[in-house]
Parts: sequence; C-alpha cells; structure tokens
Amino acid sequence: MNNIYNIAKARLEKGIVTEEINLIGEELRSEIQKKFSRSLYIREVDTGSCGACESEIISATNPLYDIQRFGVDFVASPRHADALLVAGPVSLNMSVALKKTYDAMPSPKFVITAGDCALDGGPFKGSYYIEGGVGKIIPVDFHVPGCPPSPADLMKHILLAVKNIQIK
Amino acid sequence: MNYNEFKKTFIEKSGFAAELITEAGEEVYIKTNNENYLDTCLLLHRGLVSPVMIYFAEDNTKSREVYTIYCGFLGKQIKKWVFAVLDVDKELKEFPSIAKNIVSGQLFEREIKEMFGLIPAGTPDQRRLRLHEEVWPEGFYPLRKGFVKPEKTRGTGKEYTFDKIEGEGVFEVPVGPVHAGIIGPGHFRFSVAGEPIINLELRLGFTHRGAEKLFEGKTVNDSIKLAECVSGDSAFAHGLAFALAAEKACGVTVSERTKLTRGICLELERIYNHVNDIGGMAVDVAFSYPSALASLIKEIILRLNEKLSNHRYLKGINAFGSCDFALSLGKQEEVVRILEQAEEDMKILKEILFSSVSFMDRVDTTGLLRRKTAEDFGIMGLAARAAGIKTDLRTVFPGVYMKTSFMLARQEKGDVLARLNVRFDELSVSLRLIKEFMSLLSEQPSEEKLNPAVKEGTGVGCCEGFRGPVIYWVKLDKDGKVERCKIVDASFNNWQGLSYCVLGNIVPDFPLCNKSFDLSYSGGDL
Repeated sequence: MNNIYNIAKARLEKGIVTEEINLIGEELRSEIQKKFSRSLYIREVDTGSCGACESEIISATNPLYDIQRFGVDFVASPRHADALLVAGPVSLNMSVALKKTYDAMPSPKFVITAGDCALDGGPFKGSYYIEGGVGKIIPVDFHVPGCPPSPADLMKHILLAVKNIQIK
Repeated sequence: MNYNEFKKTFIEKSGFAAELITEAGEEVYIKTNNENYLDTCLLLHRGLVSPVMIYFAEDNTKSREVYTIYCGFLGKQIKKWVFAVLDVDKELKEFPSIAKNIVSGQLFEREIKEMFGLIPAGTPDQRRLRLHEEVWPEGFYPLRKGFVKPEKTRGTGKEYTFDKIEGEGVFEVPVGPVHAGIIGPGHFRFSVAGEPIINLELRLGFTHRGAEKLFEGKTVNDSIKLAECVSGDSAFAHGLAFALAAEKACGVTVSERTKLTRGICLELERIYNHVNDIGGMAVDVAFSYPSALASLIKEIILRLNEKLSNHRYLKGINAFGSCDFALSLGKQEEVVRILEQAEEDMKILKEILFSSVSFMDRVDTTGLLRRKTAEDFGIMGLAARAAGIKTDLRTVFPGVYMKTSFMLARQEKGDVLARLNVRFDELSVSLRLIKEFMSLLSEQPSEEKLNPAVKEGTGVGCCEGFRGPVIYWVKLDKDGKVERCKIVDASFNNWQGLSYCVLGNIVPDFPLCNKSFDLSYSGGDL
C-alpha cells in the first residue's frame, strides 16, 4: 500500500506547476496578505452555466494549480465569503437566488463574473429566459473572459481583482 | 428480429395500412390519430422493449394548421428510431396522454404542455417543469412559432406544490437551488424519518436558458457552436449529435477520417468525465488523496484535448461535414505516451479506492437502482448499464466502432459500486479504442475541409456521451436554417433514477449517489 502512495506522490510532484502559475500565485499571495489578511474566500454561484466554467474553477484547485496554497479558497456559504464568483447568463429562475446569495454576504464584498455567458448572455443572448448578464442583477466589479476561462486565466484575473479592489 | 419482420408483426397487430409508415434511413415515422395513438405507442414500447427516448411537439400551424407530436422509441435490434406521429388540432390543443401507461413519457409530456400549451389529456402530473411559477406568467408558450416574450416577467401567483409526506417524526430537508459546492443549481426536497430518506423530490429547471428556441433560425455551423454550450461536460457529444442530425437531414456522408476523429474526441470526453466522477465519489466520502489523483488525471486529459483541438473541452473542432485535427506521427506517439501514463495512474487510483475498506463500505449496496425501476423510468446510458440493462448507442449504431474491439461494460447490481465499476471498465475500453482509432486514422489520406451544401430536411443525430445518449432531432427549412431542434440529454430522465435510488439511504449518502450518476443540470434543463 505504501508503495502505491509513493508512486502516486511522485506523479503528482512531477506534474506540478509551471513557472508562470507560481509567479502569478506568489503575487496573489502577497496581495491577499496585504488586503485580506492572509486569505480570500470565494463563494461560487452557477446561474445557468453549461458546467464548463464550474469544471474549470474546480480545476484551479487541482494539484497542478492548487490555488488554495496562495490563500484562495472556495467556501460553502455566502456568509463566509469575501467575493462572489458567478458563472452563467442568469436564467430567470436563478435571479432571485443570485440576489439573495449576494445579500447574504457580509460587507465589504466584491463580485467577479466568469465566462462569456455571465457578461451579457454569451451564446444565449436574446433568449426569452435569461436576464442577459450578472450585471443586471447585482453590481459586478471584475470579469474573466473565456468560454470557459482556463484555470490560469481565472488565477490571473483573481489576481487583477485583488490588486485593483478598493476595500471600503 | 430485423426491420422487415418487425414491420410485418406491427402491421398485423395494429391493422395499420403500410402507407402510414414512412421510412427515412434510420428513422421510421408512423402516422397515427387520436384513437390509435396510445395503442401504437404501447405496441412500440413493448415490441421494441424501449422506453420513450425522445418525445416532443412541433408547431406546424402556419403550414398545416396543426401541431405535430412525435413520440420516439429506439429499436435496438432493428437499429432504427421509430416515431409515433400525431397531428393535434390547432384550436383543440389536446392529445391523449401516454404517461399513465408508459411512465418514461411523463416528463416529456410536462415539457410539451408548458412549451406549447398542448394538453396531454389524462396525464397524472400537470405541473410545470422549467418555467417556474414564480417568474413566468400563464399563457406564454415559448416554443410556439408566434411566441412573443412577455414584456414584464412576473409570477402566476400560484405556488409549486411538492409531494407532501406526513407522519410522526417525518421532516423535510430542502436543499438548493444554490448548493454548497461548485456545482449547478437545483432544488432537492428530502422527506426524512430519522436517518433514512423516504422520499426525494427534485425541482429542476434553474438552468433553463431556452436553448431549443435559440436554435431556431440559426445556420448549421452556428448551431453546432450553440449545441456545444448546452452541456459543458458533454460539449463534444452535443455538438456531434447536432452535426450528425444535420448531416442526415441534408444527406451528407462524411469521410472515414472525420468519423474516426469524432470517435477519438468522444472517447477523450468520456475519459476525462469518468475520471472526474470517480474523483468526485472519493470527495463525497472525504477521501481526498485519490480525488487529488483523479483531478490530476483529468487535468492531463484536458491538456491533451487542448493539444489536439486547441480547446480543453473539445469545442470548435467539430463542423458540419467534417472534423479533423492534423495528427502527425510524432504527435500520435505523444498521445499514446500520455494515455499510457494516464492508464497507469488510473490503475493506482483503482487500487487505492478498492483496497480501502471504509470506501468500499460506503459504495457497496448504496443507492440501489433496481432494473425494473430503471426500465420503467427510461433510465439511459451508464446508469442503466450499471443496473443490468444492455443499452449503448455504440452497439446500436456502431459506425466506426465496428472496426474496433469495443465491448459493452455492464454490471447487474445497480448500486454506487456498480456505477463505479462500469466507469472503470469503460475507461480501459476508451483508452484502447483511442489507440485503435488512431492507428486506423493513420491509414487515412489527409483531406481538404469540406463545406457541403445545406438543404431542407429532418434527421435524428445521436451518440453515446459519457453519461448516456445525446439525441438531437433537427428540422431544417429550405434556406438550411434550423426550424425546430429537439434535444434530449440522458440527464433528463436519469434525474428520476437518482430520486428513486436514494430511498432508504441516509441523507449523508446522497452526494455519493448524486455523483455516481453525475447528471447535468444544464443538459436536463436546456
């Protein structure tokens, strides 16, 4: 059994992280240190995305990116969150839930949207059942473009957000 | 049984005139009327041993003053889609329900009712499915041709009624739509007595985006792009099913190279999703080490996807009439090397999981889906195979799979462990298939990208995605634009399988059962 763990461990270590991710990550860590005293907690909400954005957000926590080691974590409740990460074009059925989730977050707080749908509806623009973007429901501070945005893109834009956010 | 025998028996039993039966390639349309519609459906249901696979309406009020209902069954032996077709009067707007006799048709009838305003007379459940009462007014039916969006969306004022379970000590646990994890939205209402779940009702539709309506008026290639956004984890399968449907409608035959490339992509998609689900099951029993390993394998496959198709989720590579990535010999060797490494990692993953007594204790006999339940509710794909049902579109319409060593993976028991085993078995099959496809591909000459002509017609396109069949029924108008597109993802019916398999299990095992099905919110809600 030990042997199996060792092989798997070697595999995990061998694959770990390109230089770029490390650079972004270190900067992210120091910015979070300054502004959020060590950790940035994010609550994710899917408002009707196809699931690819969620898949990439989860990928950002896999051993190759491991966004948690830089101080970013995804939490189960909006009450624990500093930031809201929203994907999807906002289906009519989700607009109330999105609003309630936002309202449940303590201030100061900010909102990042992930993926083309969340900006303006993306491929679902013009549909009868979408609000057409997260900005129609809650104030949005930052956007991560892509369909879906890759884990590296997500990290870059979270860094940008943390750099530029004004804590009131 | 071949098709001719089936047709003969059908005509004998139903007394239908042969002219009422139209054949078009792999599709058979049988024209029915109000009196014999239910009987025809029952004959097909029993004769073909098939649940309702696809069931939808079409607005023909402009051309023929009727709505047309299509109820499709899959003939696994005769290798055809058989549709009972019924015209519904434009004014009367009522058709006989089949849901009391064929349960697998029930969700489809609710869908037809809310999308077209056609009443399935006698259907046991009349509630809305996706257009929630809280936000959508009465009298607006999105899939009718003359539909105009209500200026201001507001609720009906009525409340959605859940099944009420009452009794001493029975309590309800409502969960969602926003869940604790990074996952799609849906509402689960558990009725619990002590620890065990005695009823689970799902209310979905939270990711409804009106996808079917958006297809209307789009060109074929734009539609493939949209289809890839219907369910993100099955992006390729959805794009492929649409492309196949459109190609059939236009009578386009694609090259062997395209078929093989599509086969490779479909299997790659299966691999990363199955690995993801296995890791998810480990997460749900708080076994983090194998889940980390699984997420690593997934990442490696996603990067392989990117290397081959320039997109981690294989979007954009599929087109109408063609699908190709330039696979040089050097690249092919690299792919084989990556896959072999992944295969080794999967072996380790399996060993870690299967040698952990506490993990096995959690998955064994948990979330039992009985074969009879699966058959009744029309459970498709992987979940059905784990319950002992022999069903896989890759055996019904094999295409390029004919030339490979494809083997259907199946388990009898129907619990979480069975679904886990099917996943592991399918992983090794898929890895082998990709290698076989690639060696077949290297014999194929390279080709120019084709741009075949689009014309009027209808067609069914289907493929076996990782969780089950993805079925598209597409009608193109004379300009080659989409007139109607009906999508069925295996998630749609399989959600019911989930709500039955958890009965008697404890609430903490629900996430595990859920992940063992890994259904798509967006694929079911459209």
